[in-house]
Amino acid sequence: MTTTTSPTRTTSVVQPSASLPERFRVPSAFLLGAVLLLGVAPLVLSDFRLNLLAKYLCYAIVAVGVSLAWGRGGLMVLGQGVFFGLGGYAMAMHLKLADAAATGQTLPDFMQLYGTGDALPWWWKPFADPAFALAMTVLLPMAVAALLGFLVFRRRVKGAYFAILSQALAAALAIWLVGQQATTGGTNGLTDIQGFFGYDLNDPANQRTVYFIIAAVLLLLMAAARQLFLSRYGELLIAVRDSEERVRFLGYNPANVKLVAYVVAAGMAGLAGALFVPAVGIISPALIGIVPSIGFVIGAAVGGRASLVGAVLGAIAVAWTQSTLSDAYPAAWTYLQGLLFVVAVGFLPGGLASLVTVLRKRRIPTRTTGETA
Amino acid sequence: MSGEGLTVRDLRVTFDGFKAVDGVDLDIRPGDLRFLIGPNGAGKTTLVDAVTGLVKATGSVRFGGEELLAKPVHRIARLGIGRTFQTATVFEELTVLQNLDIAAGARRGPLTMLRRRKGIPEAVTKALETTGLTDLRDRPAGVLAHGQKQWLEIGMLLVQDVKLLLLDEPVAGMSHEEREATGELLQRVSEDHTVVVIEHDMDFMRSFARSVSVLHAGKVLSEGSVTEVQADAKVQEVYLGRASEPEPAAVPVPEEA
Repeated sequence: MTTTTSPTRTTSVVQPSASLPERFRVPSAFLLGAVLLLGVAPLVLSDFRLNLLAKYLCYAIVAVGVSLAWGRGGLMVLGQGVFFGLGGYAMAMHLKLADAAATGQTLPDFMQLYGTGDALPWWWKPFADPAFALAMTVLLPMAVAALLGFLVFRRRVKGAYFAILSQALAAALAIWLVGQQATTGGTNGLTDIQGFFGYDLNDPANQRTVYFIIAAVLLLLMAAARQLFLSRYGELLIAVRDSEERVRFLGYNPANVKLVAYVVAAGMAGLAGALFVPAVGIISPALIGIVPSIGFVIGAAVGGRASLVGAVLGAIAVAWTQSTLSDAYPAAWTYLQGLLFVVAVGFLPGGLASLVTVLRKRRIPTRTTGETA
Repeated sequence: MSGEGLTVRDLRVTFDGFKAVDGVDLDIRPGDLRFLIGPNGAGKTTLVDAVTGLVKATGSVRFGGEELLAKPVHRIARLGIGRTFQTATVFEELTVLQNLDIAAGARRGPLTMLRRRKGIPEAVTKALETTGLTDLRDRPAGVLAHGQKQWLEIGMLLVQDVKLLLLDEPVAGMSHEEREATGELLQRVSEDHTVVVIEHDMDFMRSFARSVSVLHAGKVLSEGSVTEVQADAKVQEVYLGRASEPEPAAVPVPEEA
């Protein structure tokens, strides 16, 4: 049998048949990203800017998961704040306990102020163990996502209903946290975190280390997500996104396929939340509720949710724009955020990552019309 | 000769009091190429929906010694029953090869799923040849012509390793040449599979059916070879609105183009 040469590709997500330059394109782009993040950025950015970038990279880690679940799986995950929050609180609880222990206290500072009793609540106790707390930053969000996904996907809840449901969950968690002033810090959240596994977070050198950890985690997760995109599972996920019913008739259970993407995305969001805490020094209900949950997907939508690099760059760019603009025009940002979301989802579903393809198609229509006829 | 037969007993499907399928008995031998015909609303598609677990039904559907009713869709599919729909549903953004590879993979373990595809599974190569899509295997399925999409769907059933294919109007909207090619494809497929085809096109049915069941108002009206069914007065009445039509050679296609 003769091997046919692959015809010109017209869709962007189709896996390229590996010609030699294309083989090296992705690893070299990855290397470039690594050099920029780990080499150039720490050299040229001030401590303050680098710390801001660390925060944006946490959002980018969430976006990697969004790209998997929404971009490839079609699950509009409008409630990633829940998993970001669970990861963040798990980490912050441990750090607060460690801070307290360092000063010879048994209770975190806010509990001494607002607490009812003098005993640590039972569910705080295991978080004193660093290994347990670290594991929980990822496992807790994944467990919650698994339970929720198991209930929801089997009942074939999808589309807007799924989006609203996950959004409601984010609201519920934020409201619950606010109501538990004595044990969760309420509206304030867990603030004023001093140390990170024995290192003083007020020391700029340690802040740099935190940045490097976050950047490395982002790069690793991107590599892992890319592997997942290219795997047979990644192809199946696209199939489920585009025609769930058909996949069912092929003998797969689409609920399980979606569940994997949802749980992995939740784990990534949890890890991002956990890393956010040492970088920013706080986790609070305002950082995980409805508005931030929408914020988590906007970056991916603008950059291109089906493209890993698009989603990550989009998340960083939107976060950067937000902190630049919201200082000058705090009220205007919310509207701009909404507008960005509508425009990206409504008119450019592939995001900025697809802009090149869209424009190229428009410029030389003759070449592609023959293909798509 | 492989393929598995299908035994349907007293199958009933009711939608809000409307009896879409009203006590159907069917015996489809292994290796048969059975056509289900009948006017619109006769219950043909609903019958297939019931067999594949898409709608709830009462009665009994036995396949390979197992009762199918009350099993979920994907479990029935794994027993070796594949189906297509009136509109071709292939995964448009994936290539022909990826479509077939996914169809071949429902029994893959988690570790295989997490790895990249290396090479082409043998069943996929064979299906590409059977359906004549080898040259198009790296094209996104979305750019295929209508007929090619239907063939891809049939190819997907083949790699899925089904024993029974249920095809819902596979030649609707096809050109004459495409119909011929599809008919020949079905005959090749039925050499080692059982094939059931829902069809409105009477010429197509006459050329390729091995046996025919005529459905009307949720019941089996007539059953047998093409000639037997065409000679049946009840069938003529359903299709022509009166009995004793002398020559049923030109049985018109009801309502459909």
